[in-house]
Amino acid sequence: MRLSPDEMIFWQQGFLKLNATIVFTWGLMLALAVGSKLITRNLSMDLTRSRWQNVLEILVLAIEKQIKEVGLRRPDRYLTFLGTLFLFVGMASLSTVIPGYEPPTGSLSTTAALALCVFVAVPFFGIKEQGMGGYLRSYAEPTAIMLPFNIISELSRTLALAIRLFGNMMSGAMILAILLTITPFFFPIVMTALGLLTGMVQAYIFSILAAVYIAAATRVRESTPELET
Amino acid sequence: MLIDWFTVGAQVLNFLLLVWLMKRFLYKPILQAIDEREKRIAAQVADAHTIKAEAQRERDEFRRKNESFDQERAARLNKAMDETNAERHRLLDGARQEADGARANWQEALRGEHRNLKQDLTRRVGEEVFSIARKTLADLATTALEERVGEVFIRRLRAMDGRTKDELAATLRTASTPAVVRSAFALPAEQRAAIQHALNETFSADVRLQFEIKSELVSGIELITNGHKLAWSIADYLASLEQRVGELLKEKDQTDATVEPALHPNGESQAHTTSP
Repeated sequence: MRLSPDEMIFWQQGFLKLNATIVFTWGLMLALAVGSKLITRNLSMDLTRSRWQNVLEILVLAIEKQIKEVGLRRPDRYLTFLGTLFLFVGMASLSTVIPGYEPPTGSLSTTAALALCVFVAVPFFGIKEQGMGGYLRSYAEPTAIMLPFNIISELSRTLALAIRLFGNMMSGAMILAILLTITPFFFPIVMTALGLLTGMVQAYIFSILAAVYIAAATRVRESTPELET
Repeated sequence: MLIDWFTVGAQVLNFLLLVWLMKRFLYKPILQAIDEREKRIAAQVADAHTIKAEAQRERDEFRRKNESFDQERAARLNKAMDETNAERHRLLDGARQEADGARANWQEALRGEHRNLKQDLTRRVGEEVFSIARKTLADLATTALEERVGEVFIRRLRAMDGRTKDELAATLRTASTPAVVRSAFALPAEQRAAIQHALNETFSADVRLQFEIKSELVSGIELITNGHKLAWSIADYLASLEQRVGELLKEKDQTDATVEPALHPNGESQAHTTSP
């Protein structure tokens, strides 16, 4: 039994290999990039606009609104990163309706890679927002004794982020595979529908958690009343 | 091993590439379009505000003009109505005065006509009455009556009072032409002689006489000499009666003419009140 699409290797030469995770990721990237390009090719600046442009605008504005609600005051700065996280994870889950497709987020490598990105992005945005000193000082808050705990917390939450997404996606794919062998017709469809829902929820949770971490890193020195998450 | 580190690295790169792609193809153009649209909407709203303010200003201006126009129109209308009323009253007064004048003239003309008619009627009636009297007396007059008339004439001659008698005597004496005795019928010779005799006796002189016939006397005799006249005839009575009747009518007419306007200034019931 295959737990991860990493195990499906199409081509390998020494350290380099081309597995299903990478291939499906490329597919998703291609679809997202080409779709966006097609839709934004003829953007309308007027009051009337195309249906697809409306969809994208709603999507982008909804993500921006969510980021704002988390507490980030300049959502446009984080929109690219957090929005792409949401879109990628969400698209990876939605695409499970395609037969033969395996979500790349079902691979711990992918989720670890995304968690690593968040892990790097949090100090990146934090330093960018409040400077190196300010950011580093935040690890010694409220007292210096908290420094090791803060570091452990930073590492563990990154790990939790990766494991959570992997576990959910992998379990969804696994349950589907197992059910297909036991009751081949009706039940897997229901589970697929449920998988779509949980996939979207996971995408939301993943990006919201990333936003919260970044918000925590960028606003740690600000007054508490402004933390309206 | 669930984690393949090569795949992790590849996925990190893939994700970073995807971030760049999304930024390039999705977020940037979409946000740009939204910003552009919002800017355009803001500009349009600002324009609309400007236009609205302008429209408001123009509306106020128009309303103000309209109100002033209404006021001016009302004032002019009132003025025109006042002038029209004044003109109407003036014309009405003029017309009333003209009508009053015309009516007064008409009433005056009517009164004059009425007076004339009455006078004419009175005159005609008198004429008729006297004509009838004359005719009746003329029919009744005969030679026998003339004899009686002659006797009366003689008696009156003899009964004349002193002053008249003296004047007449003087006139008869100084007259160059004979005295004329006129009668309606030819007097018989005895009567002529009786008259001659009576004259001679009365005036104690030989009075020359000339006898003439004059039918207008109706019945009677008159003696005419050098401007003096001694007469007794029915015509004289009738003439004096006619004269007195004429004087009476004239007095009555004058009284009517002065009394009528005072009694009936509007003259509307004149026909009833002035009819005899």
